Amino acid sequence: MKSKHEEMHRQFKKQTKTRTLQIRAVQILILLTFFIGWETAASARWIDPLLFSSPSRVWDLFLVRLQDGSLLMHTSVTLFETILGFILGTFLGTFLAAILWWSPFLSRVLDPYIVILNSMPKVALGPILIVGLGPGFTSIIAMGALISLVITTMVVYNAFREVDDNYVKVMKSFGATKRQSFFGAIFPASYPTMISTLKVNVGLAWVGVIVGEFLVSKQGLGYMIIYGFQVFNFTLVMLSLVIIAILATCMYQTVELVEKKLIRHRT
Amino acid sequence: MAFLQLKEVEKTFFTYDSVTTAVEKINLTINKGEFISIIGPSGCGKTTLLSLISGLLHPTEGQILLDGKQIEKPTPETGYMLQQDYLFPWLTIEQNITLGLKTMGKTKIAEKELAYELLDTLGLSDKTKHYPSQLSGGMRQRVALVRMLSTDPKLLLLDEPFSALDYQTKLKLENLVFSTIRTHGKTAILVTHDIGEALAMSDRVILLTHRPGSIHQEFSVAHHLAEELPFNVRLDSQFTPLFQEVWKEMESLEKQT
Repeated sequence: MKSKHEEMHRQFKKQTKTRTLQIRAVQILILLTFFIGWETAASARWIDPLLFSSPSRVWDLFLVRLQDGSLLMHTSVTLFETILGFILGTFLGTFLAAILWWSPFLSRVLDPYIVILNSMPKVALGPILIVGLGPGFTSIIAMGALISLVITTMVVYNAFREVDDNYVKVMKSFGATKRQSFFGAIFPASYPTMISTLKVNVGLAWVGVIVGEFLVSKQGLGYMIIYGFQVFNFTLVMLSLVIIAILATCMYQTVELVEKKLIRHRT
Repeated sequence: MAFLQLKEVEKTFFTYDSVTTAVEKINLTINKGEFISIIGPSGCGKTTLLSLISGLLHPTEGQILLDGKQIEKPTPETGYMLQQDYLFPWLTIEQNITLGLKTMGKTKIAEKELAYELLDTLGLSDKTKHYPSQLSGGMRQRVALVRMLSTDPKLLLLDEPFSALDYQTKLKLENLVFSTIRTHGKTAILVTHDIGEALAMSDRVILLTHRPGSIHQEFSVAHHLAEELPFNVRLDSQFTPLFQEVWKEMESLEKQT
C-alpha cells in the first residue's frame, strides 16, 4: 500500500517537473524566435535595418560602447537616478499617507488637491522642474519621484484606512497610543498594498527618469535614445531599450524578493 | 464589594441625519470574581455596552466606575476578547501573546513569564515560533485568550468569543476559558446570543430588551451550578428548566416588537 503511494507520488513529482520544464522551454523559444526573426528579417531586408537595426548590430555596438566606457557611464547615471527617484517617491508617498491618516482634518482639506495632482500628467511639469532645479540629475530624480509620489500617497492612505478596525481595537485595549496603534497594527497590516505599489512604482520611476533625460539631454539611457533618434542611429536606440528592459526586470525581481520576505506568513 | 458599577448609563450615536440610542437606563453592579453574561436580541446594544465598559466608547449619560474610579480610556486593567481572534498575522505566536506587554513597555523576561506560563497551560507551548495562519481556529482563539490575560487584567470582557467556532471546539473552549478565569480569580462579562452558553458559564445572566437596550430581567444561576464546568452544567437536570425560563422571556421580548 505504502509503496504504491510512493510510486504515485514519484509519478506526480515527475509530471510537475516536466510541466515546468515545458513552460521554460517555450519561454526561451519565444525569445530565440524573436531575436532570430529580427536578425533574419533585417539581413533579408524585409525590414529596413536602418530603422529597426538588428541584434548583431546592437551586439557590436554594445561591445564598442562597453570598451570606450560610455555605456557604463550612461547606464549607471540612469540606474542611480531611477533607484533614487523610486525610493524617494515611495518613501515620501508613504510618509504623506501616514500624515493624512494621522489627521482626518488635513486629509479632507487636501482631498481635492490630491485628486487634481493625481490626474495631472506629471511629465508635463518637466520644464518647470528643470527651470526650478537646474538641468541636471536633481530635476531628473525629482521627476522620477514625483511621478510615483501622488499615486503612492493615495493608494497607501486608502490601505491604512481599510485596515480592519478590530486590529486597532486590540491595540487600544492594551492602552496603546495612536502612535503605537499605527506602528503596531496599521502599518504592518498594509504591507501587501505597499508591496504592490512598489511594483507599480518601479515602472513609473523609469518613465519619469527616461522622460527627464529626454528633456535634460545630457547623459543617461534616455539621452542615448533621444540622441540616437536625432542622428538616426537606431542601433543606439535599440541598445538603450534592451538595457532598460533588463535593468527594469532586475528591479522588479528585487521587489518580489522583498515581498516574499515581508509577507510570506499571510494566507 | 462593588467592583464595577454602571449608573444610569446611556449611549446615543449621532450621524448627520440620524440619532440612535443604543442602550439606556443601564444600572448594574458587578462584584469581584463574578462571571456575568449579557444576552439579548441582535442589535440590542450588547457590544456597545462592552465597548463602554472597556473605555473604547464614552457614555452619553451616566457613569461607569471600575474600582470606584471613572473609566476614561482603555487600560490594560481591562482585557478584551473579540468575536474572532484577530491575532496579528505578521507576528509569531510568541510576539502575539506579548503584544500587550510590549505596548505597556514591559519587555523584561520576568514580565513575560505569565504569558508563557498561560500558553503552556493551554497546551500551546510548542507553537511559539509558529504564525497564526499555521494554527486551527480553536488554537487561535486560545492564543487570543493568552494574549488578553498576559497583561494580568482585573476585568475581562468577552465579546462572543466562541461564535466563530464549530460546536465541539466551542464546548471545549468554554470549559477552558471558564476554568482559566476561575483559577486566576478574574471578574468577567460575557456577551453572547447563545442562552445555553450564558447559563453554562455564569453566575448571573442579564437579558437586554430591543434597541434601545435596557435591562429587562436578571437570572441567577444556582451557586452549585455556577461553580461547575460549563459542559457539566449543560448536563445538569436543573439546566433545562432554567434554559426554558430564559427562552420564554426572550420569546416574549420578540413578540413585543
